[in-house]
Amino acid sequence: MEHAISLFVRSIFADNMIFAFFLGMCSYLAVSKDVKTSLGLGVAVVFVETITLPVNYLLQVYVLDKLGLGYLSFILFIAVIAAIVQLVEMVVEKFSPSLYNSLGIFLPLIAVNCAIMGASLFMQQRVQLDPENVKAIANIGDAFAYAIGSGIGWLVAIVALAGIREKMEYNDVPKPLQGIGITFITVGLMALAFMCFSGLNI
Amino acid sequence: MALSKKTKEAFLGPLNINNPVLVQILGICSALAVTVQLKPALVMGISVTIIVALSNVVISLMRKSIPMRIRIIVQLVVVAALVTIVSEILKAFAYDVAMQLSVYIGLIITNCILMGRLEAFAMTNNPLDSLMDGLGNGFGYAWILVVVAFVRELLGSGKLLGYQIIPDSWYVANGGFYENCGMMLMPAMALILVGCIIWAHRSINDKETK
Repeated sequence: MEHAISLFVRSIFADNMIFAFFLGMCSYLAVSKDVKTSLGLGVAVVFVETITLPVNYLLQVYVLDKLGLGYLSFILFIAVIAAIVQLVEMVVEKFSPSLYNSLGIFLPLIAVNCAIMGASLFMQQRVQLDPENVKAIANIGDAFAYAIGSGIGWLVAIVALAGIREKMEYNDVPKPLQGIGITFITVGLMALAFMCFSGLNI
Repeated sequence: MALSKKTKEAFLGPLNINNPVLVQILGICSALAVTVQLKPALVMGISVTIIVALSNVVISLMRKSIPMRIRIIVQLVVVAALVTIVSEILKAFAYDVAMQLSVYIGLIITNCILMGRLEAFAMTNNPLDSLMDGLGNGFGYAWILVVVAFVRELLGSGKLLGYQIIPDSWYVANGGFYENCGMMLMPAMALILVGCIIWAHRSINDKETK
């Protein structure tokens, strides 16, 4: 349990998907223009991550490792992610039209969000680690903790950037740097700030 | 071989005016993560070029028989199969680089350049144009990687492709004046460097169009 909590906190701050690994950068830069939309996308990422990663964990441990089919993992993981995104979309549309309206446009985007696929691939590496290692994912509970943590880390990062970009509307940025250029530099500075979490341990 | 204007455009556009990284802001994730050293950046650039070009051709050949509703899944499976092949080849012939690139090879699948080109170009164009478009976008992506990695490896560790470039006698430890800029090795500097490249690229291209 202690291990799972440590994993959870580390994956939000120290191993943040955006600031430490640059995953999910494309939608991160494209959608972070205002806080409300970015919150919607962030919640959708947390949601899909929490479902796909444990499923991929079970597949990795009980199917691929048992049968020695490790080289098929890319195809299998992406198929699982695409299928689950499709499934989630249909279920949400059926049972909660209001949630569908707020998440709807983001769900198809998430199938090709590197943060989701990246988390599954990191999980694949972490399964092989020694259970004593702070980064190891030893059971399904750890997989859940890691999934939720990295999703929330992504959410925190995108909402923070959207807040800064909303403020930056009023600043006098050199013309060629406006828009995407200054956004890159902002994210760089945010990443520097997040580096102070790198030694975090519970 | 005489190439039509459109085919040339498909190849040359992405190298500068329509660069996938600088202008379309696609494929950023891996562009930033693999650029600490020049060698993995080169390998990554070449792998992406090959995969974009081949998947563009495959999808372009199949474009008339893919049902619209499931096209994303078809595209993903084609890309995933190609990435698996490239990953196995790298593990066999360049094991240390494959280990350095770790998850980022697998992440080529979700690289937005691939899906973007497949959706925007290969689904509506013939195989030759698609091949050129894929090569163009691949090289457009690769040269950004190489520039960023060149600066980061030279300033961050004083080396290029693993060879020492800054003379040993310059270092403070040996009584010289020089110190490596450790900041360059951190993820944050990659973002700031790409930001600066975009800045330069925009100010040059704005002048040309005026």
